[in-house]
This record gives sequence, C-alpha cells and structure tokens, in this order.
Amino acid sequence: MKTVFAPTSGMTPVDTSYCPGCSHGIAHRIIMECLEERGALGRAIGVVPIGCAINAHHFMNVDMCESTHGRAPAIAAGIRRVHPDKLVFTYQGDGDLASIGAAEIVHAAHRGEKFTTFFINNAIYGMTGGQMAPTTLIGQRATTAVDGRTVEQAGMPLRVCEMLATIDMAVFVERVMLTNPAQVRRAKAAVHKALDIQEARKGFTFVEFLSACPTNWGYAPVDALKWVEEKMAAYYPVKNFRTVEL
Amino acid sequence: MSKVLMKGNEAFAEAAIRAGCKCYFGYPITPQNEIPEYMSHELPKAGGAFLQAESELAAVNMAYGAAASGGRVFISTSSPGLALMQEGLGFICSAEVPLVALNVSRGGPGVGGIQPGQADYIQVTRGGYNGDAKIPVFAPAGIQECVDLIYECFDIAEEYRNPVLILADGMMGQMMEPVELPPHKGITPVDKISQEKPWAITGTDSHEGRNVIYSLRMQPEVLEKHVEKLFEKYARAEKELTRWNSLSLKDAEVVFVAFGTMSRLCAEAIELLGERGIKAGMIRPISLWPFPDKAFDELDKSTRLVISAELNMGQMLYDVKNAVQGRVEVGLINRTGGVVPSSLEIVERTLKLLEETK
Repeated sequence: MKTVFAPTSGMTPVDTSYCPGCSHGIAHRIIMECLEERGALGRAIGVVPIGCAINAHHFMNVDMCESTHGRAPAIAAGIRRVHPDKLVFTYQGDGDLASIGAAEIVHAAHRGEKFTTFFINNAIYGMTGGQMAPTTLIGQRATTAVDGRTVEQAGMPLRVCEMLATIDMAVFVERVMLTNPAQVRRAKAAVHKALDIQEARKGFTFVEFLSACPTNWGYAPVDALKWVEEKMAAYYPVKNFRTVEL
Repeated sequence: MSKVLMKGNEAFAEAAIRAGCKCYFGYPITPQNEIPEYMSHELPKAGGAFLQAESELAAVNMAYGAAASGGRVFISTSSPGLALMQEGLGFICSAEVPLVALNVSRGGPGVGGIQPGQADYIQVTRGGYNGDAKIPVFAPAGIQECVDLIYECFDIAEEYRNPVLILADGMMGQMMEPVELPPHKGITPVDKISQEKPWAITGTDSHEGRNVIYSLRMQPEVLEKHVEKLFEKYARAEKELTRWNSLSLKDAEVVFVAFGTMSRLCAEAIELLGERGIKAGMIRPISLWPFPDKAFDELDKSTRLVISAELNMGQMLYDVKNAVQGRVEVGLINRTGGVVPSSLEIVERTLKLLEETK
C-alpha cells in the first residue's frame, strides 16, 4: 500500500504535554519536519528554554539540552564553538527571550551567531499561569494585569523582530503565524530559509511564531486563533524583515 | 624543564591551554583581566575558541553549552562576577556537566574593591546557588600550585561530571613568579568527543540513542533520587579530593589555619615567632570544600591555640571550630579583603592572643 502520510521521525512517538489549541505542537512539528527533510536530524543540537517548552526535549527527536531562564542563546553560542559544523537552534518563548533573556538574544544577533532561534510569541507567560509578558498587548488581561495591560503601568509591548532587524548581523528575521494551513506552510518555508542561511554561515537567523495560548487567554482554541489573526497580527505584522541572497 | 617568569593571570590561562582547553568564555573584571586578554590571542593559536561574553551570566551559560556538547571549558572571573555565575553553576551541577572555573578574588561586599581578598570563602564553599549541590574548591598558595591545579582540575571535573572551582586572589593574579609549565595535552578533535564523553550532546549521528542534558525533574521522588545520586558523588569527593599541607605541627604552641596568600604570610610569621622562642605551625587547607577536618587530628598535645588567619571577617572560622571540636582554643587574625596584614602584624596579634588565652 502506498504511504500518503507518515508522522515525522523528528518527533518522538509520545503525546505532548501542551494544552489543547496551543501552538507549540504545530511549531515543534514543522521545525522537526524541516530538519528531517534536510536529512539533518542526526547533526542537529537544540536548546530548550524555561517555560512550557522546557518539555520540548521529550518531543523533539534530536540531541538537546535544557537552559537556565533566558540564556539559551548563550548556551547555543557555546555549543557552536565546539561544533562549527552542526545545525544548532534554540526554541524560546516570549517571557524567556523577550524579558529575562533580552540581553542574550540581542548579543547573539549582534555577534552574528551561526544558529537559528525559533521564538514562540503568545503574549503571555504560559507555564507560570498567565502573567503579563513584555509582549502582552495593551488591554490584554493577565494575572498580573487583571484589568488589562496599560501603557502607563507597563509601557508598550516589545516587538522583537523589529528590534533585531536593526542589527546588521541578524541576517534573516521573519515573523509567521500558525493560524491556518496556508500560514503554516509559509511558516515552514521561513524555517527552511533560516536553516539554509545558517548552513551557509551567513549570520544569525530568527523566526518568530505568533502563537495561541487558549488556556491562559481564556479563549476556546478556535477563538484563540482568531485573536492571533485579528489582534496580535495587527500589532505584530506577519512578514519578512530581513533576508539574504544565497 | 626550565622555569619561566610569568604574571599569575597569564600563567593560569596558559595552564588551561596546556590542559587541552577547547573554549574560554569571560567578561572583563579586575583583577583577572589578563586571563581573557591572554586567551583572546593564545587560545585560537592552540586550536581553541575564545569568546568575550556580554555578561558573566552569559559567560557561564556559554560554558555550559560548550561543556554539555563535549568541549573542555575554562572560565574565570572575580568575586562579584562569580556571584552572577552562581545560578549557572548550580544548574551545571544538577545537569552533571564538567568545567573548570577560576575566581581571582577581591574584597567585598558589593562592588567592594579590586585589591586581593578572601571574602569569597563562604561563596565558594557553600555556593550562592539554590538547592543541594556542591563544588570542589581548591585554594593554591602560589602561581606554580595554581598552574598545577588548573591543569589537573579538568580531569577531576570530567571524572566527577561536576564543576571544579579554584580560588586564587588578586595577589596571585597580579604578581610574577618563576613557573614550570606542564606539557600540552592537546584538544580532543570534535569527531572523538563522543567516544570520550558518550553523554555529550554531539548530534545523534555520533552516538547511540539520543542524548538530553537536563535539570528539571517534576516528580519529587525522581528529584530526590537525583539529589541522592549527586550526594553519592560528593561523598566520594570528600574521600578523594580532601587536601592540605601541614607545617611544623610537632611541639607547636600555636597553629595557624590559613590558605592562599594568607598562608604565605603565616609561614613568614612562623619563622619570626620562632626567633622569639615561640613554636608555631600551620595547617594549610588546599581543598576548601571538602574541608580537611582530618588535618586537625595531627595537632600536637603541645598546641593550646589554633588561629584562623583570613582576609575577611572570619568566614573560615566556622569550619576551623568545627574541625577543632573544642580540643583547644580557637582565635582569629584577620584583615578585611583589600587590606593585607604584614607578617609582623600577624606575629604581634598572635602574641596578644597567646597572652589572652593563658
């Protein structure tokens, strides 16, 4: 019989620990599908963050290590110094990357580190139970902003792609979302492009995924995807900010 | 082999290179700046990688990544920088990854000063990290001993899969002494790493199965088992890594306990006391953790006073009292970090303490 679909061998055959409607599962899958399609699973080394995705190493079928909170880019820089020929990536959420790890991501980009960062932006702290993140939208409710984030109290949400795109050695910066099959295909193309550029050793590569967190937002999964398209994408435009010809 | 005259910090860096160090990560902080400076031009020549980190937080985590993927890693810093590295060091203990860290310590607290100090005794022996973890700490008394310890500690770190700390101080970092450098061991080629370190994350092509280096254990029973396993290692370290030197304990009336720079001043004070007819000796802990409690079994019946001599407010005093177990009186001679007493000052204060404890 002809096989028309098989799960990627880049994912371990276990159930994930993520909530229904969470975007982590899709993001994991397309990244690992890309690595499999490139024949790169055996030469990939990944770093997982603190946050919900600390569990990613149970699901991503490659060599991995956990990170202290926010420091995944520093850890990947260390791995890269020992293994210049491997494919290295970090997978980080918005609390991890945009708050406590803001220095490490900026300096990894600034040095043009030859690894790829996959950034899951769901505008909230997931694992700790829905606190405000640097990426939480104005008016969005969080357990540390119960009436919604205000500019007066917490300033404006941080746009990470826009910030990194000002750094010369961040040679590939793209924001994608995971709200429908067409967007998922676009996201996968961005992952492949980032990995192409990493393998060409051109500089730092970065893909941001606008993601849903139905549990902490308090929305049903389908409504959460709508909220990504209508609210998040309005503030965080889905587009390529920077690329390089190979 | 012939000796060369070298500044401490440069000799320490060279010792790491000769031990086969693949990666060095550091952030500028006085009084250890000659180490990253030396590494920046010498380590690449030996086939290694130098990277100036954006902070000590980044440096220790770069070290973790490089070591987790199988590289021999050396980091150095000074006291406030070590405070910033503590979270990382605790994590690395939990993740069971080897590395060697050198603290060229200075006075504190806070920014403190940049002169030599020993006020990191508690920071290095107890750790500033959360949770139950231990890091072997060695305190050399001179440049040669520090060079030899750095060279050896890579093997200890890898044997135990744990960080190892070396506590020098600004005096040793900044002074020059003749030193015999050990031979080059060479850096392990990247394609041989997984043979030497089958646990390392080198990509699944290079080893059986899949390697994951982690610290999180959500189930309390699993976490407890892990901590118990770590403590089996630490119990072995207490047996295998406890080191000290004893000097003139026989017939000694008074015995100093001192490490690092302070032990050199005490050695001078012992001679000066001898000229005045007072027999003095010294226990010099080389390992600060594990602390050499056993050394105190060598105390002679003639000894009626043990003096903890330190460049801090008496941080080692607790360990000394615990080791003495009330057998004799315990006193303290100290100056705060940054101020180093003369050997004559030590003599005068010893005479006063002897008078007081008559």
